Amino acid sequence: MMLKFEKRPVASQAMRYLSPLLSMVLTLACGFIMFALLGKDPIKSFEIFFINPLKTSYGVSELFLKAIPLILIATGLSIGFRANVWNIGAEGQFILGAIAATGVALHFDDHPRILLLTEMAIAGMLGGMVWAAITAFLKTRFNANEILVSLMLVYVAQYLADWFVHGPWKDPDGFGFPQTVIFSENAILPTFFEGLRVNISLLGALLFLVIAYFFIFKSFTGFKILVSGYSKAAARYAGFSINGSVWIGLLAGGAMAGIAGMSEVSGPANQLTAHISNGYGFAAIIVAYVGRLHPVGIFFSGLLMALLYLGGEQAQFYLNLPSSIGQIFQGMLLFFLLGFDILVQYRIRYTGFMRKEA
Amino acid sequence: MDPQIFTAILHATIIAGTPLIIVALGLLVSEKSGVLNLGAEGMMAVGAVTGFAVTYHTGNPLLGSLAAMFAGALLSLIFAFLSITLLANQVATGLALAIFGVGLSAFAGKPYESETLTPVEPVRIPFISDIPLFGEALFNQQLIVYISWALFLGVLWFLYKTRKGLILRSVGESPTVAHAIGYSVVRYRYVAVFFGGAMAGLGGAFLSIFHTPLWSEGMIAGRGWIALALVVFATWRPFRVLMGAYLFGGVMIAQMFLQGSGLEVDLPSELLAALPYLATIVVLVIISRNPLSIRLHSPASLGKPYRPDS
Repeated sequence: MMLKFEKRPVASQAMRYLSPLLSMVLTLACGFIMFALLGKDPIKSFEIFFINPLKTSYGVSELFLKAIPLILIATGLSIGFRANVWNIGAEGQFILGAIAATGVALHFDDHPRILLLTEMAIAGMLGGMVWAAITAFLKTRFNANEILVSLMLVYVAQYLADWFVHGPWKDPDGFGFPQTVIFSENAILPTFFEGLRVNISLLGALLFLVIAYFFIFKSFTGFKILVSGYSKAAARYAGFSINGSVWIGLLAGGAMAGIAGMSEVSGPANQLTAHISNGYGFAAIIVAYVGRLHPVGIFFSGLLMALLYLGGEQAQFYLNLPSSIGQIFQGMLLFFLLGFDILVQYRIRYTGFMRKEA
Repeated sequence: MDPQIFTAILHATIIAGTPLIIVALGLLVSEKSGVLNLGAEGMMAVGAVTGFAVTYHTGNPLLGSLAAMFAGALLSLIFAFLSITLLANQVATGLALAIFGVGLSAFAGKPYESETLTPVEPVRIPFISDIPLFGEALFNQQLIVYISWALFLGVLWFLYKTRKGLILRSVGESPTVAHAIGYSVVRYRYVAVFFGGAMAGLGGAFLSIFHTPLWSEGMIAGRGWIALALVVFATWRPFRVLMGAYLFGGVMIAQMFLQGSGLEVDLPSELLAALPYLATIVVLVIISRNPLSIRLHSPASLGKPYRPDS
């Protein structure tokens, strides 16, 4: 059999948008087989995994709640990825944002609510930016690989959070659990509806998506970043600063991850715990990719990824499967996407059966 | 310092460095062929859980190690297919593999959480293990420690003394030229990635079968990433991988150093635990400061997909 990849004269726009959908379909197909192999009724499992979480208004609220940090982080990361800056330490920047916001919440709990929440948001943003700035500085000044540095900082951030919740910020009445006290009323983000946990940071996430859109596609700085992402030589020739793009790419990622960390401690968590992050920083990499680094795409892929989280939890409850099954789905989705992406640049040609090429 | 403590620390350093040697040497070979596989963490995790499960059920750690190698290699084939055949971005594919592998290991390892294995007895090499100070630490070790040394010699010999090794390196330096001469770039890269996967699996198995010996989610704790950094630190040279691995091994057991030194220092345990990661950053900075040295020693086509345009 002769199948051949043939370079397209121009990249296929249709495939660019079709490939995430195709990946989704194949991921579902693989999930179907996987459930069957695990000895579960696939159709019933699918219902539990993908439909159950959306059946109630509470479920939908949880879906958006989970999607908020993913969308926020992925929005920031997409700017970095477009600049070809591989910030994969969003998990650490998220944790730092959470720590910084917690510091403000614990020490200024006498401030009025709007002021306090604003302060927390700024603190969270700065916390994430500081953590990302370490990577940016080491990259631009010493040429240290940003992938490895930002990832190492994830572990350092985790231990920093551990130290805070085991040490200075430990809840004295927490029965020894590694966590801070529950935040005061003023440090908690207001929700839309009684009894549903989704809070106003959803509006924040949407706002940042819009800002990101204008930044990437309508601003000169965004253009410079795109150029240095495509070709360093072209950027240098045009006089755009490569180091500037690295800084902006990393700081944008850090700021968004930091604010996501703030929205987590100030929203569903109401406190800082040792396990505040739940892998959002890594899942957001997939969100950014599956969303084609585009704000609209990120919105939908964020919801999809949130569904995979919730589905994993449901599978744990009702199917007696570890919730990490959600992670397997996330990984598969990215695998398929990367595989299908060859069809953007290439097309498959069937060149006949057993025929020698001239 | 008490000689017994010295021996104990040396012993522990070697144990801590061994998985890094195995994994980093595998990655080195795959990077020498021009392929950067960032999925080491995922392959190690899957290797660790596979090795543990097989040893748990068969009681045979050797069989467990082989299964772990197989599992790691199998995962690396997914990576190879996507990045070599389908020309996907190596960085993104590697990341996907890391996320997928860690998730898969957590999923598959759930039933084994908090189970333990009977510890494997170390293998004592007669006579030389009686050397004072060093003998007990170097030559009364797990079998796999000796294997890691053999692996080092094997990789060194293969890369620099064999024809195939030369071709592999040329594939990594200039795939176009290698292809033009008539070597299959794709085949060499597949084999190199496969080898890297098998070694990552073995490195993971060392942790879960010989080192701890138990399985718990997250037990790889970034060692796959540290191994990747180690290859950069070693500027793609096997001997430096060996030395660097023991250096990192030493940092990982910093707690023991402190106790052994008898100094009265009150450091938070979290800081000590974060040391290996901080050390990795410091080392990366020191080594990368000189971009010329990196450019000189890194395989020229590292990370770039290759497609013969015929």
